[in-house]
Amino acid sequence: MPEQMGMIKNSLFAIVLTLLFGGLVVGFVSAQQPTPSDDQVNAIAKQLYCPVCEATPLDVCPTQACAQWRELIRQKLAEGWGDQQIKDYFVQQYGARVLGTPPPKGINWLVYVAPLLFVVAGVYILFRGFRSWRLRAQQTAISSPPSPPPDGEAGLQDDYIKQVEDQVRKS
Amino acid sequence: MDQTITDPAEQSTRTGHSSLWRILAWVALFALLVVVAMVLLRKQQGPVAVGQKPPSFTLTTFDGQQIGPKDMAGKVVLVNFWASWCKPCEQEAPDLQSAWEYYQPRGDVLFLGIAWTDTESASLNYIKKFGITYSNGPDLGTTISQAYRTTGVPETYVIDKNGNLASIKLSPYSSLSEIQSAIDPLLGP
Repeated sequence: MPEQMGMIKNSLFAIVLTLLFGGLVVGFVSAQQPTPSDDQVNAIAKQLYCPVCEATPLDVCPTQACAQWRELIRQKLAEGWGDQQIKDYFVQQYGARVLGTPPPKGINWLVYVAPLLFVVAGVYILFRGFRSWRLRAQQTAISSPPSPPPDGEAGLQDDYIKQVEDQVRKS
Repeated sequence: MDQTITDPAEQSTRTGHSSLWRILAWVALFALLVVVAMVLLRKQQGPVAVGQKPPSFTLTTFDGQQIGPKDMAGKVVLVNFWASWCKPCEQEAPDLQSAWEYYQPRGDVLFLGIAWTDTESASLNYIKKFGITYSNGPDLGTTISQAYRTTGVPETYVIDKNGNLASIKLSPYSSLSEIQSAIDPLLGP
């Protein structure tokens, strides 16, 4: 009888231990961040450019270096970093050239301002051109004397007949 | 109907304004062209030239140490740009480490490794793999490589004790003796 009691005690102890250990493992696994998917990584990677290759977005870049950078994005996402934080980190590490568009500071402002300035200047030049063209046309209209009213179809025909007669006479 | 300009003074003022705008437009266009030309020229320049003072920089190493111009003054400095993903860099890494072990006891030679566009974990693995003991750090923002106008990795710049650039190697060193032949003439008797 005492042996049976001992066995039951041992069994109970083993069950409790297993449950406790199992619970710990489940708790540890559920506490871990899920591994970010390739789609999540590529969503950020396509906004960044490979700092080594020419004009190649990070999501389609086939080099080993790019694979390392994509893994770095995955690691940062797993740590709970946001998109902007990851982009800022890449700029800090590899320079602004990793961004698809240059940050609007320093000489980079030219990229944003110059096209606008060219459009405004173009519109202004066109406006001035049209205005001076219209003014010139108006001034010509004012300064030139009124042309004599045409005599009509008959007058034109008379001139024509006269020219023909002159030619005939000469020949 | 538009009012025509009949007053000569008014006409003269308008002509003056028009000329001013035209001059301003030309000046702006010229300034823009100068800026574009300067950027293009800078991009077309090769690496820094031998005999000149190379750009000064401060390297923050992977272990947080700061190495700046004061630490380099009066020493022969070898600046090596590398990356963990660069296969030719692996070729020269053991020779660079051997050279460092050879020169380190002298105290007047400094080796600096600069990890170019690399991830920190990969860089540290590379350092561990080749047992590199000289100072190494990341090229944060690629500012150092831009200042040196590097064209890739590996690239090595050797600076003499006066702070002038003594030699440039735009490919991996092939042997320890090649590194020694770049450094020994700068050490003096």
